[in-house]
Amino acid sequence: MIEVKNINKSFAGNQVLTDINTSFEKGKVNLIIGQSGHGKSVLAKCMVGLHEVDTGEVLYDGRDFTKMDRVQRSEIRQEIGMLFQGSALFDSMTVEENIMFPLSMFTKMTKGEMLNRANFCLERVNLSGKNKLFPDECSGGMQKRIGIARAIAMNPKYLFCDEPNSGLDPKTSILIDGLIKDITKEYQMTTIVITHDMNSVIEIGDNIIFVYQGKKWWQGDRKSIITTDNPEIMGFVFASEFMKEIRSSMREKRG
Amino acid sequence: MLTVVFTRPRKWNIFFRRLFEEINGIGINSLPIVALMSTFIGGVISLQTASNMSSPLLPDYTVGYITQSSTILEFSPTIISLILAGKVGSNIASEIGTMRVTEQIDALEIMGVNSLNFLVLPKIMAAVLYFPVLVIFSMALSMIGGWMALVLSDLSTTETYLFGLRAFFEPSNINYALTKTVVFGFLIVSVASFYGYYVKGGSLDVGKASTQAVVSSSVCILIANFLLTQMILL
Repeated sequence: MIEVKNINKSFAGNQVLTDINTSFEKGKVNLIIGQSGHGKSVLAKCMVGLHEVDTGEVLYDGRDFTKMDRVQRSEIRQEIGMLFQGSALFDSMTVEENIMFPLSMFTKMTKGEMLNRANFCLERVNLSGKNKLFPDECSGGMQKRIGIARAIAMNPKYLFCDEPNSGLDPKTSILIDGLIKDITKEYQMTTIVITHDMNSVIEIGDNIIFVYQGKKWWQGDRKSIITTDNPEIMGFVFASEFMKEIRSSMREKRG
Repeated sequence: MLTVVFTRPRKWNIFFRRLFEEINGIGINSLPIVALMSTFIGGVISLQTASNMSSPLLPDYTVGYITQSSTILEFSPTIISLILAGKVGSNIASEIGTMRVTEQIDALEIMGVNSLNFLVLPKIMAAVLYFPVLVIFSMALSMIGGWMALVLSDLSTTETYLFGLRAFFEPSNINYALTKTVVFGFLIVSVASFYGYYVKGGSLDVGKASTQAVVSSSVCILIANFLLTQMILL
């Protein structure tokens, strides 16, 4: 479980996050949603320490990450897997080397054991046999799946996914969403997905946090987000005419 | 930055593998340009010296002596380092800068890897260890270039040139040159890594950082050259 307590963050006097309080539960896909520029990526980066918070705490199963030094953070980070928006694969390494990299840095596994683990992770994301390809030889969807394989290589307790569907076609997006959901349940991870993709919200959102103007505006699940009357949520979820029609037809059905 | 760079590597076998990769990347791959520059500039130094020696009071071996001393004292350590600042410095700044803008450095940090130590320390060590080798190689080729230019132009004989190369030779000058080279190697890599690591923005900014890295490391080399000459030779 990850708890966020009273997080504030500003850049050059510009307040980006204001008093964010929330928790992300184990075994659930937790979504942070919101419009671009409203602070959802900053929140995630504060949680993993890529940005330092001004005030507040981030607790990983009770351990306050914000109070830790570099070495202590390194220990926690070995329990974190992260899928980046652009995949962030090491382009000088093959697919297999990318997945084996964290294992070679932090475990005493032999090369054979690392290779077995890499093969298992690749199989898990349906990319068996792609070991020797370089990232630039892979499609966007494949790169995301390799990113997931690398993120789960160390059996993380916490998985962060930064806009996993950006730049992907709808079919591949559904595939990636399904993969994130399955892996979360299978390994009982605390998964946090930053997204503004409504398909993801409906498909995998067990716990949804809506960030608006740097504040936690709303929290709920995928069913309640459809029915809420919160105007800011409605403006975000039902931004398109098509979604507005769906909402009105749902209301008509309910009478 | 440097306090984080100079920490104990997490795994020595990975550090040494990276070190050898960097020696190959920034050292061995620089051999052709160093060889080309050194041979031609050695030739030009000896030809210009010969063409400017009109006084009959100057012995013929002066050409060899001047080629030797200018190569050892200044050309090989300083000019070659300036060339390496262009080649290696821009390469390092753009490599690390690209890793920064494509979030590869963030990925390393999230995994718990000390990215500065992992990326920069092997490069600094490779430069500090291998640049002196390049400079000794440059000294040798520069003197060979001078000999070829003089003999092919019939301006001197092999015996006279070799006598000049050995005349008034100061072994301490080699130490001075290698000390300078180690300092220059450190400056080139650390300045370029700084610009690459802290780049913000996109590919355009990586290009700008690369240019800034070359300019700044060249200026650092010139200032360090002046200070080291004051400290060691005077």
